[in-house]
Amino acid sequence: MMNFAKNNFIWIILVAVFLVLPHVFSQSFALSLMTQMAIAMIFALSYNMLLGQVGLLSFGHAVYYGLGAFFTAHLINWIASGVIWMPISLVPIFGGLCGMFFGFIIGVITTRRPGTPFAMISLGIAEMVAASALMFTAFFGGEAGIDTNRTAGGPLMGVSLSSQIQVYYLVVSWCIFSIIGMYAITRTPLGRMANAVRDNPERAKFLGYNPTRVRWMSMTLAGFFAGLAGSLYIINYEIVTFETLGILESGRVVLMAFIGGIGHFWGPIIGAILVTFLQSALSNYTEAWLLYFGLLFLVIIMFSPGGIAGLIAKHEPVMRANLLGRLVPSYAVVAATGAAMLLGFVSIIEMIYHVESAISGREPMNLFGVIIDPSSSVNSWLVVLFLFVVGTTFFIKSTRIVGKAWEDLGPDLQSKGLL
Amino acid sequence: MITSAIKLSRVTKNFGQTEIIKGIDLEIRDGERHAIIGPNGAGKSTLFNLISGRFPVTSGSIELSGEDITEMDPQSINRKGLSRSFQITNIFPKMSVYENVRCAVLWGLGYKYSFWHRVDGLTDASERTEEIVELIGLKDLRARIAGVLTYAEQRALEIGVTIAGGARVILLDEPTAGMSLTERNDAVDLVRKVTEGKTLVMVEHDMSVVFGLADRISVLVYGQVIATGKPSEIQENSAVQEAYLGTEQK
Repeated sequence: MMNFAKNNFIWIILVAVFLVLPHVFSQSFALSLMTQMAIAMIFALSYNMLLGQVGLLSFGHAVYYGLGAFFTAHLINWIASGVIWMPISLVPIFGGLCGMFFGFIIGVITTRRPGTPFAMISLGIAEMVAASALMFTAFFGGEAGIDTNRTAGGPLMGVSLSSQIQVYYLVVSWCIFSIIGMYAITRTPLGRMANAVRDNPERAKFLGYNPTRVRWMSMTLAGFFAGLAGSLYIINYEIVTFETLGILESGRVVLMAFIGGIGHFWGPIIGAILVTFLQSALSNYTEAWLLYFGLLFLVIIMFSPGGIAGLIAKHEPVMRANLLGRLVPSYAVVAATGAAMLLGFVSIIEMIYHVESAISGREPMNLFGVIIDPSSSVNSWLVVLFLFVVGTTFFIKSTRIVGKAWEDLGPDLQSKGLL
Repeated sequence: MITSAIKLSRVTKNFGQTEIIKGIDLEIRDGERHAIIGPNGAGKSTLFNLISGRFPVTSGSIELSGEDITEMDPQSINRKGLSRSFQITNIFPKMSVYENVRCAVLWGLGYKYSFWHRVDGLTDASERTEEIVELIGLKDLRARIAGVLTYAEQRALEIGVTIAGGARVILLDEPTAGMSLTERNDAVDLVRKVTEGKTLVMVEHDMSVVFGLADRISVLVYGQVIATGKPSEIQENSAVQEAYLGTEQK
């Protein structure tokens, strides 16, 4: 028992967190947000089966997600009209199989040409499928999409999916299944060879493996989990439109994977949580959220190509050596100067947005609790500009302090065999 | 009766208008250690690339243990029992030493594209991997990322990856190139050890390695085999001395 707990510690924590979260954040908005996050986790992890595991940069992963959602929508409607019977809770398997089927079919063509050709073909397929969605209205429902009723199947063991909490627990159950499933695949011969093909496809050939087949199988499996996530999407929202399989959705999953970190299994989970949070929460506070979102992506790509998970992993040896305390002072300085720079930057953007707005441009605005009138007050502009310039100057200087702190750690880490 | 592990019949290879391999007939006997030597640009590595399926032949045929492999791709040839190393180290640089070897072991043990076996639970694969890692002298470095190994360690790993699948015929492309004297001696010992009971074909520039290791030698000059024989016969062959060895052994 102790051994089981020790070996599966991380999974037990994961399940516990999923179970406890609705009791900590019980508001309707929080429940809805956490449900979206769980769906995004499956979607992002399935994407990372391609990009992180086998090295296929796809710009069309929402195709499997969206098609899974559309097919599931029709299935739920058939269940509602009594054509077939199936518990709604098990419908995600159908969505997964649909995603898997399309991953298999599209993979035949696309996985033969990895690298840039694959990326371009995936983009072309995404555009083609999105365009088809508007042409074949009988199946895709045109611009209005297809709506469903998740309670149509009736209750199963008391679960009717009529409340958000029930939807949350259904989504989370499938999320846990998917995370464990996708992690397990990384620990199989196919998972190991996917990494080998990603790193050196030619060498894999001379070991008996066909790199195209490894990519194809990975894509088929990734299609399954993307389709499953799509099924959960339709159960959650009860409506699906052509945008779900469009290029924007495909772009969103790329952002999740990169921001979280493609080199680590947990990276896309972090990315999914952060991106979903920013999308849902930040958009309530500012119209400029897409700009901040884009900037976050740029900053991550430029300063931490391994994403947030890469940053965490970088600190692992330092934590093991009990030397994290030596980095804290430099990090505190960077955090303070960074906060000043960010505050200045965000203020400038928000003030420009406010002034540009035709409706509210001439009225005072509430900027972080302070009422100012950017259209007439020059002083407010000078203050935020000053904050931004001074913050940026000191931030750049303070990053050198961090560099120095890391440099000083080098010999100690080396002596402990951690570098 | 002496059977042939590899048999090349009138094999040619052109790159554009240039004929690099000019109608080679060559027989590698089963179980022998056969060295292919020749000056730079003679076509030795190209010949390896043709045998292992990396490049298609322009004409002629190649047999592996009596089976025609001329049109086969590299993975199919590997599955028939031929494995090769490369002149420029060709490993999985981001994976650990252990993972590199295990990737090579998995196909040979029949796990292929399995996604229903837990790789850490495959006792046979783990045992075979440990055995190879120890054999190539990298046991203490088993967890190290391959890309950060020294050159000699990477070459040893490359040999390990090449033999791990259990191939009967091993092609080694300059296994000691760029090594110091000590590293070279270790590499020769390793090659001798890991190819015990197998057919070895190697391209090598270092004559002390060639004459110390090979049962037979073929000399390739300008895409043609000008002589094949035992080391003593090659040393005494006037055509070889004139074309190649004479200048090397001054």
